Amino acid sequence: MAGVMGSGPAPAPARARGWRWLSAVLGLLVLGPVFAGLIGVILPAFGYLPPLGARGLTLDIITTLVDEPGFWRSVLVSGVTGLVATALSVVLTASILAATFGSAVLRLVERVLAPILSVPHAAAALGFVFLFAPSGFVLRLISPSLTGWTAPPDLLLIQDPWGLALIAALTIKETPFLFLMALAALVQVRAQEHVALARTLGYGRLAAFVFAVWPLLYRQLRLPVLAVLAFATSVVDMALILGPTRPPTLGVRIISWLQSADLNGWLLGSAAALAMFVLVALVIAVWLLCEKGVGALFKLISASGQRWPRDRTLRFALLVFAGVGVLVTFLGFGGLVVQSVAGFWPFPDVAPQSVSLSSWRTRLPMAGDVLRQTLIVAMGATALALPVAVAFLEAERRGVRVWWLIYTPLIVPQVAFVFGLDILAISAGITPGLGAVTLTHALFALPYALIALSGPWAALDPRFEAIAASLGKGPLTRLVRVRLALLAQPLAVAAALCVAVSVGLYVPTQVIGGGRVTTVTTEAVAASASGDRRLIGLFATLQLVLPFIAFTVARGVPRLAKAARGLFRHTGAAVVRQRP
Amino acid sequence: MSLIFKAYAVALDGKVLARLDGVVDPGTVWSIMGASGAGKSSLLQGIAGFLAPAFTVSGAVLLDGVDILTRPPEERGVGIMFQNALLFPHMSVLGNVLFAVPRRDGGETLDRRARRGRALAALDRVGLRALERREPETLSGGQRSRVALARTLAGAPKALLLDEPFAALDQALRSEMRRTVFGLARQDGLPVVLVSHDPADAEAAGGPVVALDGLPSPAAQSI
Repeated sequence: MAGVMGSGPAPAPARARGWRWLSAVLGLLVLGPVFAGLIGVILPAFGYLPPLGARGLTLDIITTLVDEPGFWRSVLVSGVTGLVATALSVVLTASILAATFGSAVLRLVERVLAPILSVPHAAAALGFVFLFAPSGFVLRLISPSLTGWTAPPDLLLIQDPWGLALIAALTIKETPFLFLMALAALVQVRAQEHVALARTLGYGRLAAFVFAVWPLLYRQLRLPVLAVLAFATSVVDMALILGPTRPPTLGVRIISWLQSADLNGWLLGSAAALAMFVLVALVIAVWLLCEKGVGALFKLISASGQRWPRDRTLRFALLVFAGVGVLVTFLGFGGLVVQSVAGFWPFPDVAPQSVSLSSWRTRLPMAGDVLRQTLIVAMGATALALPVAVAFLEAERRGVRVWWLIYTPLIVPQVAFVFGLDILAISAGITPGLGAVTLTHALFALPYALIALSGPWAALDPRFEAIAASLGKGPLTRLVRVRLALLAQPLAVAAALCVAVSVGLYVPTQVIGGGRVTTVTTEAVAASASGDRRLIGLFATLQLVLPFIAFTVARGVPRLAKAARGLFRHTGAAVVRQRP
Repeated sequence: MSLIFKAYAVALDGKVLARLDGVVDPGTVWSIMGASGAGKSSLLQGIAGFLAPAFTVSGAVLLDGVDILTRPPEERGVGIMFQNALLFPHMSVLGNVLFAVPRRDGGETLDRRARRGRALAALDRVGLRALERREPETLSGGQRSRVALARTLAGAPKALLLDEPFAALDQALRSEMRRTVFGLARQDGLPVVLVSHDPADAEAAGGPVVALDGLPSPAAQSI
């Protein structure tokens, strides 16, 4: 449709320039902190940190770092964890999609995976501990009947030296993210038609999807996959809970150097943060190489003409596997809630001997302050990120391409540049508090807000605004009264997602907040080190509850508003009628 | 072999949209004409096995003595072409055709060279062998349609379904493409069912014409 109505109000060149300026400024706001943070670790890594009296330019710190006991092992474990967890998540995503595509089960899978996405990483890790630790639920179920154990066995089921537990938990947490991203991209690659065509050529359901759709889908998924890779390589909170301890992963060691708070710790930590940056770049390079290899292999297999028409059993097996995974994950979440109210609960017992709210009663006053700070930061970050996201999307709609940029904070490892930001702030004599933490949270919430809004933004018929324009409404009125009003529901969901992201952030809170700002996530991670199960349960429950409330409100409020509007219209009509 | 419809009908929410009865002989084309929304495409999707769950099919469609309605889409052996060529954008022209060539012919397994040979031969039949290395997005609209035809035929289908395959082409290309499609289908002795709203298509096809009036009535036209 090339008509006046079809294309919407054509942006005047001057206005387009305005949008370009605006997005340049916004882009700087996103990229600025990332680059500043990197400079903030690069300088100290080479011995330059004037406020702390270090002014030399030297390689000594880096050689000291490399000579630290277990340094290479930490690097290796981090890299392997990232690569393996990402590869597993990608394979699982492809398998579940292939097994469910074109059937009603797909929507069901979407529904059960979405909540896992909104759960903080630390809570997922704690749920994993509840289930799979030596004293965990799974061993209780089969002890002593099958194992003969009456005390928790001395096994490294979690915190194993090769990070297997960490890899498993990361995979559980990242697969829903990739799955939901893939679902959103399905429409763009004409998946339905391609699968139908491949099936008329004799390919089974799985093969048709894998050969005809997956390569296209993967291209759309590339940035999210790299974000997962960078995150899994540099993750700190999950690694603190589930990762190896002697030595820990590189990410964990950076945080502990930072917390040592003496000059050497800071310099070493900076050098390690720089090493993390290099490691992530390296891991991404390895991934891209493997991508090439797998792609070539794929071409070879798909050209072989193998059809795999009878795949019912395999599809069923994949579904059962995914179903068990989801069930186990939810069981872990439920276990955390039970754990918060459990009384005495000795090892082989499957259920606690008593249940009471005493732990909630005694600790809620202390948790209340944590909760308050969590909410201030989360709502502040949302209030900052959402308008910026709207500005980006409006610029994007007018042809300013800024999309790639938003992935920067997700692909540059958090622990590297956030550490640098903290060093810069302290060098400048600022003690970062709630405000600074809120700003960094907004930086990480923004990409998710954009991801959540881009689909609905593109889907809205531009002719609504064209009609408003023809009625003489200005650009701001059109944006607020037409576009934002029509997209109230997606906006509310994006806001809830921002809240969920902020609640779950560990590294930015811990590093920038420096212990002065505590959220349910930093407290949950701290509790996990204490081993106090009731405290762990309490904070983990709060971690689960906050995103849940946010999404419930997001789904409910626009509906309520609509109902209220109906009510007002009604009373308005009544008023009119009462007038003579 | 023939494609045989026995009281084959497609219904939406219990209302019959269209019904077919009769025998499509090898090398002949049935043209199903009707306005959009008359359920033409649904008829084809029902034969190929891709109807949305809201639709139901009844009756039988026999191909090679088997009621294909009871088989999953990948075992039905019907080739389908759409208005959009739908070439796989991640495969070359040859890759697209190779993807369609079966692994076996009769009892013997075809090796790589044999399959490649068949794919090239299929491209040869549509006159595009020279373009084997090209990427689909570099082709013109007419060339894409031809590659799609080569791909469909390379799959060695037992029947051919055409869903408005010429609608996206301009007038000059259209008659040329009609000749190619119907000619090759006749060469292969395929029963063809064509769905279209363009009377010129049916005229070129030369076979029986089934008119659907778009009114979902149980007495929808049949032969």
